[in-house]
Amino acid sequence: MFENIKSSLPRKVPNMYIPPEPSQRKSSPVMNTPELNGQPVVESVAKISVRNLSFFYGRHQALHDITLDIPEKRVTAFIGPSGCGKSTLLRCYNRVYEMYPGHSATGEILIDGTNILARSMDLNRLRAKVGMVFQKPTPFPMSIYDNIAFGVRMHERLSRVEMNDRVEWALRKAALWDEVKDKLKDSGTALSGGQQQRLCIARGIAVKPEVLLLDEPASALDPISTLKIEELINELKSDYTIVIVTHNMQQAARISDYTAFLYLGKLIEYDDTNVIFTTPRHKETEDYITGRYG
Amino acid sequence: MISLYTRRKVSNHFWLIMSFLATVFGLFWLAWLLWTLLSHGLHAIHWTLFTQATPPPGSNGGLANAIVGSLAMTAVGMLIGTPVGILAGTFLSEFGRRSHLAAVIRFVSDILLSAPSIVIGVFVYTIIVLRTGHFSGWAGAVALALIAIPVVLRTTEDMMRLVPDSTREAAAALGAPQWKVVVLIVYRAARSGILTGILLAVARISGETAPLLFTALNNQFWSSGLDRPMANLPVVIFQFAMSPYDDWQHLAWAGALLITSGILIINIIARVIQGGGKRAHY
Repeated sequence: MFENIKSSLPRKVPNMYIPPEPSQRKSSPVMNTPELNGQPVVESVAKISVRNLSFFYGRHQALHDITLDIPEKRVTAFIGPSGCGKSTLLRCYNRVYEMYPGHSATGEILIDGTNILARSMDLNRLRAKVGMVFQKPTPFPMSIYDNIAFGVRMHERLSRVEMNDRVEWALRKAALWDEVKDKLKDSGTALSGGQQQRLCIARGIAVKPEVLLLDEPASALDPISTLKIEELINELKSDYTIVIVTHNMQQAARISDYTAFLYLGKLIEYDDTNVIFTTPRHKETEDYITGRYG
Repeated sequence: MISLYTRRKVSNHFWLIMSFLATVFGLFWLAWLLWTLLSHGLHAIHWTLFTQATPPPGSNGGLANAIVGSLAMTAVGMLIGTPVGILAGTFLSEFGRRSHLAAVIRFVSDILLSAPSIVIGVFVYTIIVLRTGHFSGWAGAVALALIAIPVVLRTTEDMMRLVPDSTREAAAALGAPQWKVVVLIVYRAARSGILTGILLAVARISGETAPLLFTALNNQFWSSGLDRPMANLPVVIFQFAMSPYDDWQHLAWAGALLITSGILIINIIARVIQGGGKRAHY
């Protein structure tokens, strides 16, 4: 019985990533700027350029020599099986990993041409420019209003009226205003999971960043809340450069313009989302998106 | 042959009964203690307890000077112990979590936490009472602070570590420097737990006798200030309960009841605060 099922599988399931042959590599220069028929598919300017990035958790190397460009005002998705390094890569863009001793990155990450991995980079300034939303909603134990105002106060001195406007603007942008406008003084922790996550997005937007990093923002949410977040991402991409890590491949296909597939800490393939999901160039990518492992 | 399920049921009942009996055994002594305290202490409670100073044997008096002395030394002890404990706990939880220094501090603090309080009394006697040449309220307060510090430190660290790292990351990702993450976010999230730790420290030191015997000693009269020997409830209870005079012994019972109910109330408040905090945040 099991024999039958096995023989009906079209291909052998690969257990691990085997680097492509040198000749194959030449034919697919991929890796940094996605190309299609020799023409770069990324028509907009690169907002973030990653060059030869490696990342270490102590002695363990989690990312190997990553090079890729993230286009401005587009949605770029990172997909790959658990532990492939997609979240690690995302966490490099605002250097949030530095909270933990022993975590270190080598190489370069250029945002608007500035290497943000440089020692001289001011972390608080960087984070004003690069906002982040995490997998689990993380409302602070304070009112909805103060949750939004917290980040703004880190970077700007606003009058009461200006701050009210900013809070309303951010909540509207995150499609949460109508649900909370009458209870801004209530605790942010009292909201539902989906509302909390939109609160976190509003909090990130309120600082007026240019890049928004989303680390599996919908994985802890129900389908309706997920849909709302996806609609939101679609609206936000006209103003922000969005990078999203997701486990959900349908989600990546639905919302992203470009998709990068990572496996075992290496960038396997990076291209237009349509290409990745219809005609992937690498067998590993195909195996993953067709659900054969991961 | 008895089936597996019957055997499980029987052993389940057996151990249930054993643990119930163990609980009853513990509560029995506690109830007896409280009953003795109430039956001897209640009739000695009178408003003059709070208005008159401790009397010589054979005359009327109260515990006012001892109550005020205890309150003053506990307050000063907590004023010294709380900031030290909170700052040290903050260091252990937020700044030096994995460092060697933190491991050493944690170890020393645990020793201090379980050190016999009489040792702390003798220590303060050596460094303050011998140097100044007399017993004083200050020395008593310092001894109490030394007992309070590890209690506050431990609860502060534990409560701050309960705040998930994702919350710290979220705050840092908004561009908040670490000290603002600690002060504005972590303290706020751990507030009720830290407050509970402070109250538990108050409860712990307000009943301490041994360290005060060597430091504040006692005073039959009102103290003019913390630089003189100072009356306090635990030592007054100790002295009066040992005395052959009936009226002193009655005052000792009253004092014991006062301290016990005070500590009970503080513990209940601490419970309520912590319960409320948990519901509100996590």
